[in-house]
Amino acid sequence: MAACEPTRTYLRCVSANRPLLSFVSVIRSDFANARPNTDLMTHNIDVSLINCIIFRGEPSAVIPRIAGPSFMTGKTLMHTQPAHTEVEPRCSAEALAEREQAFQAKIDADIKIEPKDWMPQAYRQSLVRQISQHAHSEIVGMLPEGNWLTRAPSLRRKLILLAKVQDEAGHGLYLYSAAETLGASREALIEALHAGQAKYSSIFNYPTLTWADVGAIGWLVDGAALINQIPLCRCSYGPYARAMRRICKEESFHQRQGYEIMLTLCRGTAAQKRMAQDALNRWWWPSLMMFGPPDAESSHTQQSMRWKIKRHTNDALRQKFIDQSVSQADYLGLTPPDPELKWNEQTGHYDFGTIDWSEFWRVLKGEGPCNRERIEARRRAYDEGRWVREAALVFGAKQTRRAPGTD
Amino acid sequence: MKDWPLWEVFIRSRHGLAHKHVGSLHASDAALALANARDVYTRRGEGVSIWVVRSTDIIASAPGDKAILFDPSEDKVYRHPTFYEVPDEIDNL
Ligand SMILES: [Fe+2]
Ligand SMILES: [Fe+2]
Repeated sequence: MAACEPTRTYLRCVSANRPLLSFVSVIRSDFANARPNTDLMTHNIDVSLINCIIFRGEPSAVIPRIAGPSFMTGKTLMHTQPAHTEVEPRCSAEALAEREQAFQAKIDADIKIEPKDWMPQAYRQSLVRQISQHAHSEIVGMLPEGNWLTRAPSLRRKLILLAKVQDEAGHGLYLYSAAETLGASREALIEALHAGQAKYSSIFNYPTLTWADVGAIGWLVDGAALINQIPLCRCSYGPYARAMRRICKEESFHQRQGYEIMLTLCRGTAAQKRMAQDALNRWWWPSLMMFGPPDAESSHTQQSMRWKIKRHTNDALRQKFIDQSVSQADYLGLTPPDPELKWNEQTGHYDFGTIDWSEFWRVLKGEGPCNRERIEARRRAYDEGRWVREAALVFGAKQTRRAPGTD
Repeated sequence: MKDWPLWEVFIRSRHGLAHKHVGSLHASDAALALANARDVYTRRGEGVSIWVVRSTDIIASAPGDKAILFDPSEDKVYRHPTFYEVPDEIDNL
């Protein structure tokens, strides 16, 4: 009982045989063995009531006054732990250190972490943040391309674009599911996005002005996403790795269809080729920013690499992308908008000009050309679909009541 | 508004293997779960049959019980064919 004093308020997960989600309730240590108060089983807990979270007696999870860990958004407290979690009034720093060591050893040995396995709170939170940001990016990412669905230049292109946008919806769903295995609730994640509290890839805050932009997005944006994502197929968290494998398999068609659009334009009229060059000019730098800030300024890199939820640094991945894209642009007869781009015999890589990171931070902060429009579109879709979701839920309940063999 | 219930999705591929867990999704009832599973998990001929099961209906073993449940099978080498010595000149065994 070293780390926690008596008579505190605890958060408790209940729901005995539910592996993925669990209810939470608040109990106090002076009646830790009492049955949870069902009145308190709610998604929205006033967090000021909670002093301390104990998962199986881990002091790591003892977060005094849980002052805004990332799994909380405003007053909405997401599900925090799978079902087997119990409150135990025993917590020693040594026991925890031992557990964390065993956890790291597992990761070092490339043993996958699965939802019900013990994991440090910080690992869980980092993953929820990373996976949900990724999920949001897939969902918001449908919007710039969706803009061209009705205006695709041929039926063939329209079918392809529809299939691609549908894939992105699927990617978002795989990833939300993966985040939910960590105890996050779908509804809370989406609410955080709509409230402007969650991040998504800033590339999707740029407009798609011409049809060539659809080509450039497939070629460069999906291409960059692939480079980011392939290493994650081997990440330490099982459900995330499995989702990434599925996504990567689908992603390569996205990149190829984009390149094909560019190729068609570049083999077309002079005006079409100009259009392709213009798209490259606008998408090149934002694509390089997709890999995130330079390693020196990236706050999570080191710990994430130790946990194997990130396998290469931002700069390494960015360089890889540049190296592969330059020759692809060459083949199209297009020139990336960087006068300093030059092959370096010594390093075996392309040198490139300085990225304007102030633009990146501006767009991330909400000042990109389309930030407001994107969130507005998501919110409208969600709000206008509310009555359908509610009606379906009532209908579903009615079906269950009527089903033979149930009461 | 509450989330729709969570369902686990299992798909049997065309190669005649057993249904395999592929992921989960939210749906308001079984019919919708099946329809959603088809859209989300079988866009490229991944399967010929889908099962959906409410996540709450799955009973799983606890990670803490791993040793109790599975270690006993580790020391029973005689359950594997390689445990037995067979002379080289004997075929089809
Ligand atoms: Fe995607
Ligand atoms: Fe994609």
